[in-house]
Order: sequence, then C-alpha cells, then structure tokens
Amino acid sequence: MKKFMFVNRKAPYGTIYALESLEVVLITATLDQDVSLVFMDDGVYELVKGQQTKDIGIKNFSPSYRALEGYDVEKLYVDQASLAQRGLSEADLLVPVEVLDTAQMADLMAQQDVVLSF
Amino acid sequence: MLHIVNKSHHQTGSLASCLRMALPGHAVLLIEDGVYAATAGSPLEARLREDGSQVRYYALKPDMDARGMASRALDGVTLVDYGGFVDLVAEHSVSNSWL
Repeated sequence: MKKFMFVNRKAPYGTIYALESLEVVLITATLDQDVSLVFMDDGVYELVKGQQTKDIGIKNFSPSYRALEGYDVEKLYVDQASLAQRGLSEADLLVPVEVLDTAQMADLMAQQDVVLSF
Repeated sequence: MLHIVNKSHHQTGSLASCLRMALPGHAVLLIEDGVYAATAGSPLEARLREDGSQVRYYALKPDMDARGMASRALDGVTLVDYGGFVDLVAEHSVSNSWL
C-alpha cells in the first residue's frame, strides 16, 4: 500500500480542478491505498458549508466530501494559514478535518510516496 | 522530494506555498513561467539567503533562455537542461508538481 496525498489548492467552481481531484481520490480509494487529502490556499473554499449552486447550473459536489468516509478516506487536513488568510475557521467547514500548521503540513507531505497537486 | 513550479509567482501563490512546504534536503525546480522567480526581486532571493544550502534550487535553462532571463539568474539557482530535469526526477523518490 502506498501513501497518496492529494493537494487541493483551487476554489471549487471557477475551474474543474477541485471536481477532478475528487474523482481521482475516489478512484485511488477503490484501489485500497492510503489516501490523504490536503486543502490549502483557495482549496479551503472547497469545504465551506452552505454551497448553493442551483443558479450557476453546476452540480454542487461539496456533499461528496462528507461521503468520503464511506470509501475509507478519513484523512482530511487543512492548512491553518490558508484558513486564517480567508477569514475562515474549522467551524465553517462541512466535514471534520485536522487543521495543521505549516511545519506539521510540511512533515506530513514529506512522508508521502505520491503527491498529486490540483 | 522534488517540487516543480511552472507558474509565475506574480500570477499564482504556487511558489509561495511550495516554499512553505519545502524541507531541508528537498529540491525546487522552476520551469516554464516559474523561471521568472529565479531572477532578482523574487521571493526566492530572500529565501536563498535564509536557507543556505538546505534546499536546492534549479531552473530549466531552455525556459530561462526562451524568456531572455538566463543572464539574470540568481546566484544559488542551478540552471539545468532537459537531461538535468530527468536526473532530478530520477534522484528524488517523490515529485510534487504544484499547479
């Protein structure tokens, strides 16, 4: 089993990166790998509660983050500095996450076998 | 770990985030528009003074040349050709392409 980390750094609807990352995460999880998700920079916006996409004609995929647990993807890490810079806190997020400071995040990233950035 | 950055530091925060995650023993390779950060005035200049030789910095020379930046490369940034790019990937067990 390899340690896969997916680093999500884009806001959810302006580009396709966030959704594509989620798809690859689900595929990787079905292959029985050790999967971690990181949300940093604008990627933290992917997890904000209360997304309502009806009027932009794009599927709201944010509930999918809550379904990850069902695929045994339970390691969700959020960069503290990125949250703070955007005026967000853990309470604003729609799933339970672990908030890490820069040193903790850098250590975690350095422990991976594969890092994929989106 | 080999960190690869391909966007201008004026356009995105990729370089800044990459530099936050780069640990001693890691390498950072600048390619495409990322090479502008290998020149004077970029955040890399201060970083090079701080870390000494703990993190190694590289820029892809063909991309520097294409942009007229090769003569402006910062001391401390090693210019590599495509073969050098391949060597860096082979030397590091993990590559992280910051998009």
